[in-house]
Amino acid sequence: MRRVVVTGLGPLTPIGIGAEAYHQAQLAGKSGVRPITRFDASALPVRIAAEVDVNPEDYLDKKELRRLDRFVQYALIAAELALKDAGLELGKLDPERVGTLVGTGIGGMETWEAQSKVFLERGANRISPFFIPMMIANMASAHIAMRYGFLGPSSTVVTACATGSDALGSALRMIQLGEADVVLAGGTEAAITPMAIGAFGVMRALSTRNEEPEKASRPFTRSRDGFVMGEGAGVLVLEEYEHAKRRGARIYAELVGFGRSADAHHITEPHPEGKGAALAMARALQDARVSPEQVGYINAHGTSTPVGDRAEVLAIKQVFGPHAKRLMVSSTKSMTGHLLGAAGGIEAIATVQALYHGVIPPTINLEDPDPELDLDFVPEPREARVEYALSNSFAFGGQNAVLLFKRV
Amino acid sequence: MSEQEIFEKVKAVIADKLSVEPEKITLEARFIEDLGADSLDTVELIMGLEDEFGLEISDEEAEKIRTVKDAVAYIKGKLG
Repeated sequence: MRRVVVTGLGPLTPIGIGAEAYHQAQLAGKSGVRPITRFDASALPVRIAAEVDVNPEDYLDKKELRRLDRFVQYALIAAELALKDAGLELGKLDPERVGTLVGTGIGGMETWEAQSKVFLERGANRISPFFIPMMIANMASAHIAMRYGFLGPSSTVVTACATGSDALGSALRMIQLGEADVVLAGGTEAAITPMAIGAFGVMRALSTRNEEPEKASRPFTRSRDGFVMGEGAGVLVLEEYEHAKRRGARIYAELVGFGRSADAHHITEPHPEGKGAALAMARALQDARVSPEQVGYINAHGTSTPVGDRAEVLAIKQVFGPHAKRLMVSSTKSMTGHLLGAAGGIEAIATVQALYHGVIPPTINLEDPDPELDLDFVPEPREARVEYALSNSFAFGGQNAVLLFKRV
Repeated sequence: MSEQEIFEKVKAVIADKLSVEPEKITLEARFIEDLGADSLDTVELIMGLEDEFGLEISDEEAEKIRTVKDAVAYIKGKLG
């Protein structure tokens, strides 16, 4: 089987842009949650989110920008960061061997809302001819391919909050099976919009801790009251091992395992005992023939919702047994908020950085730990050399995707 | 409205919709070949002109509007 390594990191996150800034922000325990500035949220019950502080004009030209929904802009920026970080010289790559697989949970929500208004107020004939190509979910991968002339397989994964991990796992298979030698993979999301914040709000999925934004994302605490919407993108360069070695690339980590499953239980609630989540983790381990005891760190899905965090802890205990107590488990969503389809992307980057730099990122805001959730949630960054680490992502609809990385 | 006034307004719509420098927008300029429009751009451009001048331009008529001059002449004729 062909081996697959991570050679480039492209995080565009609410706490840092680019590999180094993102890494430093995690070590500083920085929160990216603030009052919403993207639109007037004063009438909504939820008025906080984790916005990305980026000026897309620094990366893309003005004409291009007008025709791209924000979720595609973010994907293009993250792809550029990842390619630069990988030191890939486009001229030396065989474009037919480079694939693109950047998913999104929702797609062009902002464009959808704007054009719905045009449709309702002015009729079908006034809808922008760019509405469909701006909004459809496959455009993140498609635009990355167009921008760089990559001719390899180009696809899209849409599995809500599991998207990023699911896309990376699917990219792993692409390379293992010989479809491509290099794949730009991950997730992107831009859903800090009135309808999305309103809609997740009426589901009671979001934290309403408006007065203390930086404390609102508090996974595994007794006082957790929902997730905080984040936005951004996380794109990684996955590369076939020999291909990376031949060009003398810096190898951050090896992606060795991928596990997927379905809860087959409920549209939004996780299985109460975390059955599907456990199955996905176990499969990621089996995929690489790694025993639970070899794992040192889990980057948890940990969204800060009451039922989700509980189910995940139960799932970890099922898979790891007594070793669960020795594991380090942290939720970087405590800092970044929940980037939905991009979460798996930026969290894969955090996991890879934990292995590469030998520092485990913290779960911040762990002020009043839930006594029922009794794992080591790493309240402060901790130096530790870990051999294997998992990154968990679980979606609405009960779709689960777990990645297993190995230190090199 | 004089032809010059129409031209100035058309120019502003084109500059906005196609993101091109106003000085490139001469009467002779062709939308696709000279101003870089694709098939969707031309649809948006026609919609922009309809909004600007309060007109309705049928698809058959729109197909004949290929240059800035075509647009100005068409609008002048419609406005009378």
